Amino acid sequence: MRLYAELAKRSFRRWSTYRAATIAGIFTNSVFGFIRASVLLAVLAGRPGAGELDVSEVITYSFITQGLLSVTDVFGSDQEIAGRVRSGDVVGDLYRPVDFQAWWFAADVGRAAFQALGRAVPIVLVGALTYGIEAPAGLAGALLFAVSVALAVIVGFSLKFLVNLSAFWLLDIRGPNQMMVTAALFFSGITAPLTLFPDWLEPTARALPFACLVQYPVEIFLGKAVGAEAAAVLAIQAAWAVALITLGRVVLRAATRRVVIQGG
Amino acid sequence: MQYRTSFALFTLSQFAITFLDFVGILVLFANVDALAGWSLAEVAFLYGIANLAFGLADVFVSPVENVQVAIRAGTFDQILLRPVSPILQIVTDGFSARRLGKLAQGALVFAFAVAAVEVDWNLARVTMTVVAVLSASTIFGALWVATSCVSFWWVEAREAANAITYGGSFLAQYPLGVYGPWLRRGLAYAVPVAFANYYPATYILGRNDRLGAPSWIAFASPLVALLVAVLSALAWRVAVRHYRSTGS
Amino acid sequence: MIEAHDLEKRFSVLRKAGRVRRAREDVVAVAGVSFTISAGEMVGYIGPNGAGKSTTIKMLTGILVPTSGRATVAGIDPTRRRVEVARRIGVVFGQRTQLWWDLPLRDSFDLLRHVYRVDAEQHRRDRDELTELLDLAPLLDIPVRQLSLGQRVRGDLAAALLHDPEVLYLDEPTIGLDVVSKARVREFLAARNRERGTTVLLTTHDLDDIERLCSRVMIIDHGRLLYDGALSTVADRLGEDRVLVVDLAQSTPALQVPGARVLSVEGPRQRLAFRRSETTAAALISAVSAAADVVDLSIEEPDIEAVIRRVYAGDLTL
Repeated sequence: MRLYAELAKRSFRRWSTYRAATIAGIFTNSVFGFIRASVLLAVLAGRPGAGELDVSEVITYSFITQGLLSVTDVFGSDQEIAGRVRSGDVVGDLYRPVDFQAWWFAADVGRAAFQALGRAVPIVLVGALTYGIEAPAGLAGALLFAVSVALAVIVGFSLKFLVNLSAFWLLDIRGPNQMMVTAALFFSGITAPLTLFPDWLEPTARALPFACLVQYPVEIFLGKAVGAEAAAVLAIQAAWAVALITLGRVVLRAATRRVVIQGG
Repeated sequence: MQYRTSFALFTLSQFAITFLDFVGILVLFANVDALAGWSLAEVAFLYGIANLAFGLADVFVSPVENVQVAIRAGTFDQILLRPVSPILQIVTDGFSARRLGKLAQGALVFAFAVAAVEVDWNLARVTMTVVAVLSASTIFGALWVATSCVSFWWVEAREAANAITYGGSFLAQYPLGVYGPWLRRGLAYAVPVAFANYYPATYILGRNDRLGAPSWIAFASPLVALLVAVLSALAWRVAVRHYRSTGS
Repeated sequence: MIEAHDLEKRFSVLRKAGRVRRAREDVVAVAGVSFTISAGEMVGYIGPNGAGKSTTIKMLTGILVPTSGRATVAGIDPTRRRVEVARRIGVVFGQRTQLWWDLPLRDSFDLLRHVYRVDAEQHRRDRDELTELLDLAPLLDIPVRQLSLGQRVRGDLAAALLHDPEVLYLDEPTIGLDVVSKARVREFLAARNRERGTTVLLTTHDLDDIERLCSRVMIIDHGRLLYDGALSTVADRLGEDRVLVVDLAQSTPALQVPGARVLSVEGPRQRLAFRRSETTAAALISAVSAAADVVDLSIEEPDIEAVIRRVYAGDLTL
């Protein structure tokens, strides 16, 4: 347990050194936050109450989602595992007396923690200072939100883990990664809130794991899901987390058997 | 074989990922009939021009962002040893057929939009459309070059540059009226994406919402494109000169 | 062919001065270096790490702009007309390659033909000739990343010479190579210089390279040119002796010969120290032969590494 805490800390520190990239990222996410907010406001202007959101909720939504985007690494920019598979270094990793998946999970937790503090918070602040943002519904709401974000990080990690593992078969994971990013961007609620989706699409979207990354945490933040509903949402997130982590372990076992070394 | 599978997946997903932006627009229109007064066909037209132009710039100019990699790895020196202009080397070296996925998507939506939109197509409007696409491509290409110049001073700032290039194309997908006044001004003057597709579209579609701009604004588009191209070429020269003075 | 006039390069560096503040410092990498290299010369350029060798080369090739001073290569200023100069030079970095990593060697050569705009027929002839001289035929279809270091350096040499440049810059070309490969590369360079008159500027830490290939050497340290001339004379200047070892027919008392000092007498073997500035080996041998019966002899040159170490240590005053 100590080991994983250390790994997380080390990862946190490592990500904190990428100062320029973090600032650039805050800028990028803020710009996209403004754009998405503007577009959604235009939708509300045409149909007030669309997607069961009001003006301030829409603004909050836009910036919180941008923050969550970086915390859960929806864009899958962290592709270290795949890199190590290509170089062959992963062989050493697999033979260490440490759980491979837990190792990388700890590193991801460190990353997520830094992104949350160093990137998501500034982004939300930008939104708060320019437009004004709703605070979460009370202390209970804030706590539930924290739990939801934690679960989102787990789901995000397990998805990334699976994509990276495809390197064992494909070596170049750009294809699978793009597909995951595509699906994630759309079905997580970033492109448009799931509540705006047509009735025939929304249930499907909610059933997919991607909603766990952004849509569900935001709904808890906005107080759209309270009490029993919130518990249900968290349960869905937890279920996906467990399912995907397990799937990850299964695929990992298959990958270990199929170690392909490329390099030299 | 492994690379080929990934290539196919990548190209397909490039198509899909950019098409999803349009699906996102469709989702929005499932809730409303117009965005800032623009119908779905009209927004599709905007989107089509922006994406087609961006796709063209992406295929032919975007590899310039690899200059960041060359500087970091120290291989920019090698580029300077060859009797070819550095930007030409970087752009041709980085050419990848994968990017055609995005271009194809843009072209498809553009074609759909042209068919769907209610326009009385005469010579003037057709010319303006062609000019708009070319100007927009030039503007996006110039933005790519200009933002890549940042790598010469601040190697890690690539992501901020992405905000301007990808962000710019994303912005251009929606009618200008959607944005607040200061964002609008920024778009028109600081990062002239508005000239890329919005103003020409107002002319072609016969709309009046130029948001305070004069009636001839659409025709300024190619001039703006030229200006931006010249400015970014200058920026590049300054950047390379800086590299040759400081050696890093 | 290559002229450097008071080349100077200053870098402005930010150094940490305490916890947060940073001070701007001027670092002089090259301080007023001047030299002239004629066409067809093969010159060595040596100096300790950080002496300013790479910086000089970068200014000569147009990669860096000098802070002051001027350089011309084939009469052209590389700072102003980089592309023109680039056409007439070839560069080989021992530690880096200009070849395309994932492509077969052959493809790199083809690409370079277009980069340097070489006539197809001419290119084919040169390429075939270089392939033969450097024994690259079995390697042409292998991706560069799979070549061994020695093979890759040979590939880089060919690549640098494909457009028949007038000047060849070499930066550590034999680093990490095994004995056989080193010999091959040296032979090739000597032949090239001899037959085509290619001007060569060789930067290296390997003094064997210099001894075997260059009649002239330039020594740079802390940005200043310490020496420019024949390698053999450096030893002389430092007062390093050459030694003539003679085996005489029988034990003889110490020989008295003008221009030489006897270092030791061990039975019939005597060791005489002498300097190039005072007498030549030939003259000394004649004198010794006249004075005694010589059975066998040999000459020991000063250890060039020791000599150069002394130069780096600052023992050399011009």
